[in-house]
Amino acid sequence: MNALLDVANVSKFFGGVHALDNVGLNVPTGSIVGLIGPNGAGKTTFFNVITGLYPAESGQFQFNGKNYLPHSIAQVTQAGIARTFQNIRLFGAMTALENVMVGCHCRSHTGVFGAVMRSKRVQREERDIREKSFALLHYVGLGEFADHTAINLSYGHQRRLEIARALATDPLLLALDEPAAGMNATEKLDLRELLLKIRGDGKTILLIEHDVSLVMGICDSLTVLDYGKTIAVGSPREVRNNPEVIRAYLGNG
Amino acid sequence: MANGFLIVLNFISQRRMVLLLAILSLLILPWCIGAAGGNYWVRVLDFALLYVVLALGLNVVVGFAGLLDLGFIAFYALGAYTFALLASPHLTQSFAAIAALFPAGLHSPIWLACLIGALLAATFGIILGVPTLKLRGDYLAIVTLGFGEIIRIFLNNLDRPINLTNGPKGIRAIDSIELFGISFAKSLDLGFIQVPALYLIFYLFLFLACLATVICMRLQNSRIGRAWVAIREDEVAAQAMGINTRNMKLLAFAIGASFAGVAGVLFAGFQGFVSPESFTLWESIVVLAMVVLGGIGHIPGVILGAILLAIFPEVLRGVVQPIQHALFGQVIIDAEILRQLIYGLALILIMLYRPKGIWQKRGASTS
Amino acid sequence: METFLQQLVNGLVLGSIYALIALGYTMVYGVLGIINFAHGEVLMIGALVSLTLIQGMMMLTPFLPGWLILVLVLPITMAVCAALSYTIERVAYRPLRNAPRLAPLISAIGMSVLLQTIAMMVWSRDPLMYPQLLPSLPIQLFNSAVTITGKELIIIAVAFLVMCALLLLVERTRLGRAMRATAEQTQIAALMGVNPNRVISITFMLGGALAGLAGVMIATNYGNANFYMGFIPGLKAFTAAVLGGIGNIRGAMLGGLLLGLIESLGAGYIGDLTGGVLGSNYQDIFAFIVLIMVLVLRPSGLLGERVSDRA
Repeated sequence: MNALLDVANVSKFFGGVHALDNVGLNVPTGSIVGLIGPNGAGKTTFFNVITGLYPAESGQFQFNGKNYLPHSIAQVTQAGIARTFQNIRLFGAMTALENVMVGCHCRSHTGVFGAVMRSKRVQREERDIREKSFALLHYVGLGEFADHTAINLSYGHQRRLEIARALATDPLLLALDEPAAGMNATEKLDLRELLLKIRGDGKTILLIEHDVSLVMGICDSLTVLDYGKTIAVGSPREVRNNPEVIRAYLGNG
Repeated sequence: MANGFLIVLNFISQRRMVLLLAILSLLILPWCIGAAGGNYWVRVLDFALLYVVLALGLNVVVGFAGLLDLGFIAFYALGAYTFALLASPHLTQSFAAIAALFPAGLHSPIWLACLIGALLAATFGIILGVPTLKLRGDYLAIVTLGFGEIIRIFLNNLDRPINLTNGPKGIRAIDSIELFGISFAKSLDLGFIQVPALYLIFYLFLFLACLATVICMRLQNSRIGRAWVAIREDEVAAQAMGINTRNMKLLAFAIGASFAGVAGVLFAGFQGFVSPESFTLWESIVVLAMVVLGGIGHIPGVILGAILLAIFPEVLRGVVQPIQHALFGQVIIDAEILRQLIYGLALILIMLYRPKGIWQKRGASTS
Repeated sequence: METFLQQLVNGLVLGSIYALIALGYTMVYGVLGIINFAHGEVLMIGALVSLTLIQGMMMLTPFLPGWLILVLVLPITMAVCAALSYTIERVAYRPLRNAPRLAPLISAIGMSVLLQTIAMMVWSRDPLMYPQLLPSLPIQLFNSAVTITGKELIIIAVAFLVMCALLLLVERTRLGRAMRATAEQTQIAALMGVNPNRVISITFMLGGALAGLAGVMIATNYGNANFYMGFIPGLKAFTAAVLGGIGNIRGAMLGGLLLGLIESLGAGYIGDLTGGVLGSNYQDIFAFIVLIMVLVLRPSGLLGERVSDRA
């Protein structure tokens, strides 16, 4: 399989601290790749660099066969990488449906004149956006909550809504930052099903996650970070038995 | 005949009936007010409609994109001076070259001035927006305030070395509004009725206000409107949706400014005279108060807020002074001061007790 | 060269006043993270209150020399302004601490309008004459190249002394430490036994007192006072605070002085610089241009923003 995302030599300094030291990642098309490591290892920092939230100070970035420089979040999304956030960042005052409709923004074209004139073409695009958003809500299991205000949804539902919204941008790669955080066991099972379904429908997934069983269960490969450095890359079984990884999680001695 | 009427009524749904009644009452409104209170109050109504357009414009900037613009009135000023320069004797009197080019004087048609005014205001909106977009809310407010002041200072001082704006004296003898051959400065003789000029202006401004409302509502329920609300809610998340937040904010500035620009052109044509005094920070605050009162982002609320706050001081003027005369024999607090007092209190009290405006929007979409 | 020195001195006078006002903005921003939009009106009320007090004393105790009246009136004025500033915080800001960011700003705008209106009611709209209680005789310096009046010298001296006193307060006293702690990390300071509400109130009161002093200085310097006099100096002082690095006390002082100099030199030379197109009547624009340039090019100001990011 070809690499959809191939990133190498990413370093990042914050003040004097080496938050990332030559970290790389390879995500083959159609796979689910996990990025794991103890707290503070730099996983979210890495995410933020490859999605353009933090400026990249170094590194080579290849996505979908082309070089890319992640200098702005919007541009990265337009290129086909959609992400969710560790602390859910929904548009609280909007309904679930409207949240997903915002996700359709970068794949639609109506501008100011179109919005004001409301030509047939524009009306059709609006209908399409609406239908697509409804469909996505159903896809993640939130169909009946379409008219609920996002901020009133349960935690687990909010996380799923974020995924639906990210899917609305028609990404090639879905980058999820701790999608299972705060979920109970049932919700995690549902999430696992959803992620497998998404992968089954042709998307590639990159996942930061702390829940070891979830990650071991669905990831095709794992990259482990500790103190900003890559300490292991491989299949879940290889990584699970890697002494460096065990040491990182459990400490020395 | 009665049967036919009843049949028609059956076909018109209740909603349409309400709409029809609303339209009819608006059409006869100037006549009612004119009969009840005289021309003075029709004039007040005309200005109220201009304020509605202004408030809707500021609502796009503050309510839809969440950017507090305290210098908004500068765009109104730009529109007004555009028409003042393009349709008055000022330029031809001050510059021989222009007088030579336009021997019959400068009398731009108002629709052209509206176009130029809107474009000019939008351009300045973008000029203002570009350096300030990265700024946080309160900094943005102060910078826009400064911008408004800069425009006013230039308008006040550009009578030397070349007399562009005639400085504090302002520009007079501006052409009145004329559209489709109808002059809006004289009454219109329709044969069976005479429509006074002020009523004609009312219909024109009403049309403009309705147009502005339709544009705002269409924008709100569109891809653009959703993007604006997203930016207001969480800019980073909006960017993660692929939205170019910078361009969207500039768009909001430009559109809001263009509303004010067009309103300014009509203001100049209506009043016949412009001066920098009409475009102070206080006026920006007045429009802001209208948006705040109505509920930031809530279109019907903003329209209501504009009308209430435009009419209210006039009511005050008519009521307060006689009362004070009756009670105290003299005027202790004049209406102008009372008006400012109430605006100040209103802004504070609304923020403290009803931050979503006096007419709250039901449902979720915009806060 | 003479123009340069003269404008330098003018700039110093202006700058000292701006610095005093800017301190109020910067201290409040440090502890609350907001811009006190109504700060300029405190200065205005200070000037007008002092005017009334002076007029009262001149009537009741006409035998007292002018400067003594001023000395007696000043602390009362500053106390009144401190109380006013305290009230503004309690009414317009404290209840809105958890509201969306625009809310306290809009509330402050309302407060600003309210204060101006009250001033209009009490003192009328017209500019009022401010008694000249300080020596106005010009003193020649530098071989008559520069003229400075006694009152201008006093303004500079008093401002300088007050700023030193403030620095001592902030850096050497317990209260000052509490203020700095609250500015850096409010919650942790609270855990250490600092009462943030009290610190915030005191910060506002200090800023208010300084604004009152500045108001008296402005009125003394220009000879008049009216309800609108706080707006432009307030705006310029805010610019000065940003220029120096908002949240940074030395920054406010530096920014104030610098802005005064920029404005003075700018007004003095603008005619030459623009070939007569723009004159000194554009003086007010300099502050706005500085503001925009600082915010665009170096938003942390000269001495850097010393507050945690609240975004």
